[in-house]
Amino acid sequence: MATKGIVSGVIANMVTLKVDGPVAQNEICFIETGGDRLMSEVIKVVGENVYVQVFESTRGLKVGAPAEFAGHMLEVTLGPGMLSHNYDGLQNDLDKMTGVFLKRGEYTYPLDNDRLWHFEPIVKAGDKVISSTWLGKVEENFQPLKIMAPFSLKGEYTVKSIVAEGDYRVIDTVAVLVGPEGDEIQVNMIQKWPVKVAMTNYKEKPRPFKLLETGVRSIDTLNPIVEGGTGFIPGPFGTGKTVLQHAISKQAEADIVIIAACGERANEVVEIFTEFPELDDPHTGRKLMERTIIIANTSNMPVAAREASVYTAMTLAEYYRSMGLRVLLMADSTSRWAQALREMSNRMEELPGPDAFPMDISSIIANFYGRAGFVYLNNGEPGSITFIGTVSPAGGNLKEPVTENTKKVARCFYALEQERADRKRYPAINPIDSYSKYIEYPEFDEYISEHINSEWLPKVNELKTRLLRGKEISEQINILGDDGVPVDYHVTFWKAELIDFIVLQQDAFDAIDAVTPLERQESIVNKVIEICRSEFSFDGFLEVIEFFKKVINLMKQMNYCEFKSDKYNGFEAELENMLAERRTVK
Amino acid sequence: MTTKAFQKIYTKISQITKATCSLKATGVGYDELAMIDGRLAQVVKIDGDEVTLQVFQGTGGIPTNAEVVFMGKAPSLKVSDQLAGRFFNAYGDPIDGGPEVDGIEVEIGGPSVNPVRRKQPSELIATGIAGIDLNNTLVSGQKIPFFADPDQPFNQVMATVAMRAKADKIILGGMGMTNDDYLYFKNVFSNAGALDRIISFMNTTEDPAVERLLIPDMSLTAAEYFAVQKNEKVLVLLSDMTSYADALAIVSNRMDQIPSKDSMPGSLYSDLAKIYEKAVQFPSGGSITIIAVTTLSGGDITHAVPDNTGYITEGQLFLRKDSDVGKVVVDPFRSLSRLKQLVNGKKTRKDHPQVMNAAVRLYSDASNAKTKVENGFDLTDYDERALAFSKDYANQLLAIDVNLDTTEMLDVAWGLFAKYFRPEEVNIKAELVEQFWPKD
Repeated sequence: MATKGIVSGVIANMVTLKVDGPVAQNEICFIETGGDRLMSEVIKVVGENVYVQVFESTRGLKVGAPAEFAGHMLEVTLGPGMLSHNYDGLQNDLDKMTGVFLKRGEYTYPLDNDRLWHFEPIVKAGDKVISSTWLGKVEENFQPLKIMAPFSLKGEYTVKSIVAEGDYRVIDTVAVLVGPEGDEIQVNMIQKWPVKVAMTNYKEKPRPFKLLETGVRSIDTLNPIVEGGTGFIPGPFGTGKTVLQHAISKQAEADIVIIAACGERANEVVEIFTEFPELDDPHTGRKLMERTIIIANTSNMPVAAREASVYTAMTLAEYYRSMGLRVLLMADSTSRWAQALREMSNRMEELPGPDAFPMDISSIIANFYGRAGFVYLNNGEPGSITFIGTVSPAGGNLKEPVTENTKKVARCFYALEQERADRKRYPAINPIDSYSKYIEYPEFDEYISEHINSEWLPKVNELKTRLLRGKEISEQINILGDDGVPVDYHVTFWKAELIDFIVLQQDAFDAIDAVTPLERQESIVNKVIEICRSEFSFDGFLEVIEFFKKVINLMKQMNYCEFKSDKYNGFEAELENMLAERRTVK
Repeated sequence: MTTKAFQKIYTKISQITKATCSLKATGVGYDELAMIDGRLAQVVKIDGDEVTLQVFQGTGGIPTNAEVVFMGKAPSLKVSDQLAGRFFNAYGDPIDGGPEVDGIEVEIGGPSVNPVRRKQPSELIATGIAGIDLNNTLVSGQKIPFFADPDQPFNQVMATVAMRAKADKIILGGMGMTNDDYLYFKNVFSNAGALDRIISFMNTTEDPAVERLLIPDMSLTAAEYFAVQKNEKVLVLLSDMTSYADALAIVSNRMDQIPSKDSMPGSLYSDLAKIYEKAVQFPSGGSITIIAVTTLSGGDITHAVPDNTGYITEGQLFLRKDSDVGKVVVDPFRSLSRLKQLVNGKKTRKDHPQVMNAAVRLYSDASNAKTKVENGFDLTDYDERALAFSKDYANQLLAIDVNLDTTEMLDVAWGLFAKYFRPEEVNIKAELVEQFWPKD
C-alpha cells in the first residue's frame, strides 16, 4: 500500500510532511490542495518528517493537506514519438496543455498511445537478450529508432515470441521474454527510467576521438569538440552565448539534438519553435525540428522543475544513445540549475559553501557531465552523447563556484569575452584562454591524420602561437605608439589580425558564412598559413596596415561567397595578384 | 479591506521582528493575506500550527495582543475596464479620490504563459529617439531596462518613450519613486491628454519599503487583463527595480535567510525573472512590453541586481553624459536590444542594419582616436575626420532630445557619412552605397 502523508509546514516550495510508512530519498509524492495535485520530490527525511520540494506554486496550501507517495523516483517515459516535441522540465508535453497559461497540477502524457509505428523485428524467438538488447526497430522522422529489452531487466532472458513486421501502437506487446526462473515479461515500446540515475547499459566507454563537426571555425579548427565530448561556454550577458548555442545545435553533425532551456528567456525558446521547423539540417537536408527535442523550463517556471529539466534532457539523450545514435545535448544555462539547488539548500538551512551554493555542488556537476560520453554498446555498435553547457557567471567573473567546478570536468572551454563582444568580433570566443583537451589525445591526432591530414594539428598550433604573439605585440604598440616599434612588429600584428578576421570571426546571420564545412575550413587555414609564412616588403607601417586591410577584405568576401564559385575564384585571383606583388621570398 | 462576519480572530502574537509576526493559527493557506491591527500582512512560513506573517507596513507599534484576521486569499486585484485612468497604491486601493474599481477579482503573481502559446515578437515600437530606434530598436513584447545612475534623467526618457509608443494602455509601477517624480509622470500624462490610457500603481519613498514587493505583480496583473482579455498592446513601466530588490533583501534578511552576492537573496534571479518574463507577445495581437529602470551605483553593472537583470532582460539601455556635446546620449557601445534583428531592415528600410553598424564602428574609431590624443600620439587625417563625425553623430542622433522617424535617422546618418568619409571607408555593401549615398 502506498505511503501517505499530511502536510505539516510550508516555506515557499519546500513542504514538510508527516508520513505513515516508508519513503525513499528522491521519491515522488503528490500533495492535494484545492482540487490540484502538486507533484513533489523527497529531498530530506528526519524521523517521521519528510521534506519535499514541490514542482509547482504552493499558494494556498494548508497544514493538514493529504499527500500520497508514488513509490518511484522522478522518471521519464521513453518511446517512439518524442522527436520534435516540446516538453517542460518534467516531460509534460507543452502542446497538449490547454489554455494560454500553465495550469498548476496539469500533467500531460509525453507519448501518443494511439499512433501506429511500423515495427520490424531484429531478434527472433529463442534468441538470448539482456537489458537494452535491440529487439526491433521503428522509424521516426526518418531516424532509425530501436525498441529495446527493458532497461530494468536483470540477467539473461530468452525471447519466447516476437511479433511479425507490421504496424503497432507503443502500448501493444511486441515481444515476450522468459527469464531463467521461467518468469515471463511482456514488452511493449515504452520504457521508464528515473532521471537522476545514469544509464550504464553499454559495454565500454573509451576516450572519445571522433571530431564532431559544428561548422563554427573557432571551434572545429582551433578547439575542436568530439563525438561524446563535453564542453562549456561561460560568458557575461550580451556576449553571444545563445547565438553560439543555437548555431551549434543547428549545424552540428548529430542524429538527435536535445536542447534544455533551463531557467532562460522564454522568447529564446520561441525562437527555436519558430525557426527550426523552417530550417534545413545541413547534413541530411531534412527540417531541423525533425531531429530536435526541446525541454523548456524557462526562468519564470517553477524553480524545482528547473533542476529536474537538465536530468530529464540527459535521460532522453541516454535513451537515444542506447540505440546507437549520436546525440548532441545543449543546456542553457547550467548556472540557473545550480541556483535552483542553492535556493533549496538555503531553505533547508544547510551550511552553505562558497557563494552560498551547496557544499556538494562540485560532485553534482561532475556526476552530470560524467553521464555524457562515447560508448560501445553491448552489441559493439557506437553511440554518443556530446554535452555542451553554458555557464552564466555572476558579474562575468569566472572565479565563481559553478564556472570553476565545471572547468574541472568539461574537456572543452569556450570563453566568451566581453571585450571581443564589445568590438563586435563574433563569435566572441577568446582564442587564447579557450582550450580543447581533445587536441592532446593521441587517439584524436590519429583520427585527424587519417580523416584530414597529418599537417593539420601542427598548423592549428601555429595559428594559436601567432595569435598569442599578435596580442603581445598589440600591447607593445599601444604603449610605444605606431612609430615606436619596428615595421616587422606591425607585420606580425597584422598577420594575427588576419587569422582573427578570417578564421575566427564568423557571421552567424549570413547564410553561407554561418556554416563552414571541414573541407572549406581546411582550405581557409591553408591559405591563411601560407600568407602568414610569406615575407613581404613594406615601406613604413602605413603600408602594412593598408595592405593587410585589403587582404582581409578580399578573404572576407571569399568567406561570404559560395565555395569555389566564379565570384569566389575571382576574389581569389585578385588576392593572389596582390600577394605576388608584395611577396619577397616564397 | 474590512473583516467579514464569523471570521476567527486571533489575539496572541508569539514573536515580533521588524518585518514579521508569528502566531499560532490553524487552517491557514500559504501566501494568504491577513490583517494585523489594521495592517496588511502575508503568510510566508507555516510550521505546524505556527504561522509567520510578513507585515508590509512594518511592525512598529504592533502589540502582542493585536487582532489578527486571516482573509482566506492571496493578494489580489479587481480587474475590469474601470482600471483605465486610475491611480492606486501597492494594495490596489485608489489614491486618486475616485470610487473603488468593480471587476473580477484575480490573484496577483499568477501562472506563467505556456511557452508554446507565445508568438515571436516582430512589431517595432517607435520612440523617435535615434539612440533607441536606430541602434537598439525596441519590439513589442520585449523586456528591457534602463541601466542608469540615479542622477540621470531616466524617468524623463521613459515618460517620453511611453508617450510616443503607440500603446493602448500604459501601466506605471512606481517603487520607491520620489513624490516629485510621481507628480512629474502625472503631469506629463495629463498634459499629453493621455490620462485615460494610464493606470498607475505607486509606492513612493514616503511609503513603507516592503509594500513595493506588490507593485510589479499588481501592474502586470492589470496588464494581463488588457493584453489577454482585450487583445491590447500594453506598455508597463517599472521604476525602479533596484528599490524592489532592496525590499526583497530586507525581507529575506528578517527571515534569517543566508544572503548570496551583494547581500541579495539567493533567489534574486528567479524573483526578477518571474516579473520580467510576463513580457509577452500573444498570437491574438495582445502584448505586454516592459520597460524598467535599474539604478546603478557608479555605473557598476557587476552588482547582483544589474547582473541578474542583464541575464533576464532582452538587452539594456545605457544613458551617459557625452562631454563633447554636453548632452545625455544613449551609449551605443553598452546598450543592446536583443530583439532588434527581428525588425531591423524588415520593418524598417533595408539599409538599417548596415548603416547602424557602420555608424557605431566609425564612432568607435573616434574613441580610439581620442585615446591616441590622450596618450600624446599624432592623429592621422582619418582620425581627425572620425572625431569630427563623432561630435555630429552624438549631437544629431545619439542625444536623447532627438525626435525623428527611422527613415529620417537613416538619411541623417548617410549625410554624415558623406560629409566626413569616402564610400570605401564606411564598409557598407556596394549596392546600398549606390542607392543611398547622397549625390550632389
